Amino acid sequence: MTNETNNSRRDFLKMTAIAGGGLVLGFNWFSAEAAPAMVSNAAAGGIGFNSYLSIATDGTITIMSPNPELGQNIMTSFPMVVAEELEADWKKVKVLQANLDNKYDRQLTGGSGAVPHSWKLLRNAGATAKFMLIEAAAKKWSVQASECTAANGFVLHARTGKKLSYGELAEAASKVPVPANVKLKDRKDFKLIGKSVRNVENKKIVTGQPLFGLDFYREGMLYAMIQRPAQFGMKLKSVDAAFAKSMPGIVDVVTFKNNVAVVGKSTWEVLKARKMLRIEYEKEGALESTEDHDKLFLDLMDNGKATVRRKDGDVDAAFKNAAKIVKGEYQCPFISHSPMEPMNFFAHVRPDGVELVGPTQTPARARAEVSQLLKVPEDKITLQLTRLGGGFGRRLKNDFATEAAELSSIVKAPVKLIWTKEDDMTGGTYRPACRYRFEAALDASGNMTGYKLRGVGINSGNPTREHNFPSGAVDNLLIDSVEHASPITTGAWRAPITNFLAFAEQAFLDEVAHTAGKDPVQFRLDLLAKAKKSPVGEIRYDINRMDAVIRLAAEKSGWGKKKDVSQGFSVYFSHASYVAQVADVIMRGGLPVVKKIYAVSDCGQVVAHNGAVHQVMGGVVDGLGHAMYSKLTFRDGAADQNNYNSYRLIRMKEVPEIETHFVQNDFDPTGLGEPALPPTGGAVANAIFKATGKRVRNQPFIEEDVFKTVS
Amino acid sequence: MAIYKLQVNGKTLQADVEADTPLLWVLRDHLGLVGTKYGCGVAQCGACTVHVNGAPTRSCVYPVSAVGTSQVITIEGLSEKGDHPLQQAWDEIDVAQCGYCQAGQIMTAAALLKQNPKPSIDEIEVTMNANICRCGAYHRIREAVKLASTKI
Repeated sequence: MTNETNNSRRDFLKMTAIAGGGLVLGFNWFSAEAAPAMVSNAAAGGIGFNSYLSIATDGTITIMSPNPELGQNIMTSFPMVVAEELEADWKKVKVLQANLDNKYDRQLTGGSGAVPHSWKLLRNAGATAKFMLIEAAAKKWSVQASECTAANGFVLHARTGKKLSYGELAEAASKVPVPANVKLKDRKDFKLIGKSVRNVENKKIVTGQPLFGLDFYREGMLYAMIQRPAQFGMKLKSVDAAFAKSMPGIVDVVTFKNNVAVVGKSTWEVLKARKMLRIEYEKEGALESTEDHDKLFLDLMDNGKATVRRKDGDVDAAFKNAAKIVKGEYQCPFISHSPMEPMNFFAHVRPDGVELVGPTQTPARARAEVSQLLKVPEDKITLQLTRLGGGFGRRLKNDFATEAAELSSIVKAPVKLIWTKEDDMTGGTYRPACRYRFEAALDASGNMTGYKLRGVGINSGNPTREHNFPSGAVDNLLIDSVEHASPITTGAWRAPITNFLAFAEQAFLDEVAHTAGKDPVQFRLDLLAKAKKSPVGEIRYDINRMDAVIRLAAEKSGWGKKKDVSQGFSVYFSHASYVAQVADVIMRGGLPVVKKIYAVSDCGQVVAHNGAVHQVMGGVVDGLGHAMYSKLTFRDGAADQNNYNSYRLIRMKEVPEIETHFVQNDFDPTGLGEPALPPTGGAVANAIFKATGKRVRNQPFIEEDVFKTVS
Repeated sequence: MAIYKLQVNGKTLQADVEADTPLLWVLRDHLGLVGTKYGCGVAQCGACTVHVNGAPTRSCVYPVSAVGTSQVITIEGLSEKGDHPLQQAWDEIDVAQCGYCQAGQIMTAAALLKQNPKPSIDEIEVTMNANICRCGAYHRIREAVKLASTKI
């Protein structure tokens, strides 16, 4: 990697003294090649800064954290990168959540993309400020800057023993010309990056400080809840709100689109009044049931009009000439995101503009949607980001924010809109239900010469990831898909599509390996070796990196050497990171029990070690929990499950031991919010097969035969 | 509507609410104590856990009219300086991901440690199994409760 980065003078947009003697060092870290476009965007009210840091005269360093924090630890890991290059004293760093601001680039949380996107920008931010602080000190001491060093919030001159703090230097540093190039640190000199630094919001979290959207309060605000149609496919026909309106604390009941909104002075009063609404709905689309979907899956699998996603070689010939053919079908239900904090947003639509406050993964999109809805220019809309009580993809969609804004514009008052857990679970944007059919052709030596995958999804978009492994390693391959349009709304759910596809694919490859009489780990390594030697078509994964995580997972888990447990293997590349997992399963009372999961990740340079371990463990628990227990079924367009008493989530007693490892290499960091989730189901299912001889093909696993006790 | 005088975190606070209002919403909407969280509203997730006369209580289904003269402790009142051994352990072990459920987890654990200062791992699991952490931070929750139990 290169350690040189460029700054152009014009990119250094802001450097102003602030009240109280502190100093704001504002940075705009455009890459040199992107700068002209950025500037024109900036003129048009578009993209600006990537981050923002200030140094006070008392040495306090404030680092703004622009991206929404939903538990991925970004409020800690981003500032660590800035502080590393700045040589800041971490004890003096204060981190603040930034509001939506055009000066930040890619101010969103999704796709495990923030760290890879901002890695160099953040480093450059710290390094540029450090350079200017050193220059200021050198000038003051009349020495060469090259003789000075920076460490722990001070600039030092070794020869004379002189030392000045960043706080003392901040004002003079602000007048130093911005360097065109700054040198970034060698990785071997990292003091913070790769280490364990505690979550900067721990104290506020454990003392119950108001941090989340639902905690937001504004004097005079009204509370609101919306009654939406209970069935997908129905629309509003008539409303009798007379009684609800007469109830204590109720200010108004208003109707817009398919929504009947109750507005009042407290949550409980609104909740009670909502139950007293008399609403009639009428059919406007199909009222689908899970039973219908089950039939539809089988029909579309055989007869659907498929879109070809990838085609290599001659699949028909490969299957015709095969010594053995392996087939497997796998199906998953819809699932709910169900973050702990229910959906909510605050909106105050005033004649002069709109104020939005709340938890969203995509604040810029929320602003754009509100702008479009209310015909208010974006520069008249502010959005204050709160901490998010989980997201898992649910908060990529901003329906709650636009509802709050529309409601505030109707009732002409500041409104906090709250969804109950039931509202979210029955009217959410689910992980789409999908079914997959895999077929493999093996030659007489057990080599996979042909591979077919058909994905059928309900509102899934493309249910395949056609360029993922084993694409590139099989000479003859066909991946296609059929998509059914349904009134049931779906959306991105943590590790979209791959959260189930990875299980299906990794379980199928295990079946193929067993049929071919090969060890599942060796089978995958052989495929990778084949892809390396004679690659087929486009390959988007790094063969060597995938090979390395497989080998390390096999080594750490004692693959093939354990007598007392049954092991299953899985590996998946998603969101630019590689994760291999091994599950240890034992039998207890005739039922399989997951004892332990080993997770080996290659996410390049680990930024915050503690946080990275936490993301992997959380991803494994999430992957295991939803594979084992969770499902959302429908009857006539209405969800059968509506809260945690009917929708099962994993709990403490059900989590196995998890052992995490990270591959050490020199690659830049990639994301970890999602990549550890996809491999888990496969590792567990393959271990269950090893233990019982039975294949688990459908989620939730708990409903499969292998989990039913013989009575 | 009626005026309820409640003993919360050692103070007498009052709220003018209906008798069936869950303690959760009285705390959050009327007393400004938002550390106690709304998660499910049906006593399944434990995010709303407070202590009522020392007993861990799901405030989302506990009507204000049932509180009477009971002492209510919320996360804000668990310790004066936010340094209860559990709060310290939660920081040391770095338990939180999104953090939303953690006040309820800590209050559930605090009631356990008050009754049983040296719980076994099994006892911790039996108690903490009642609380959901959607981020899946269960290993660290268990570890932090164990750590705190060594300091009580």
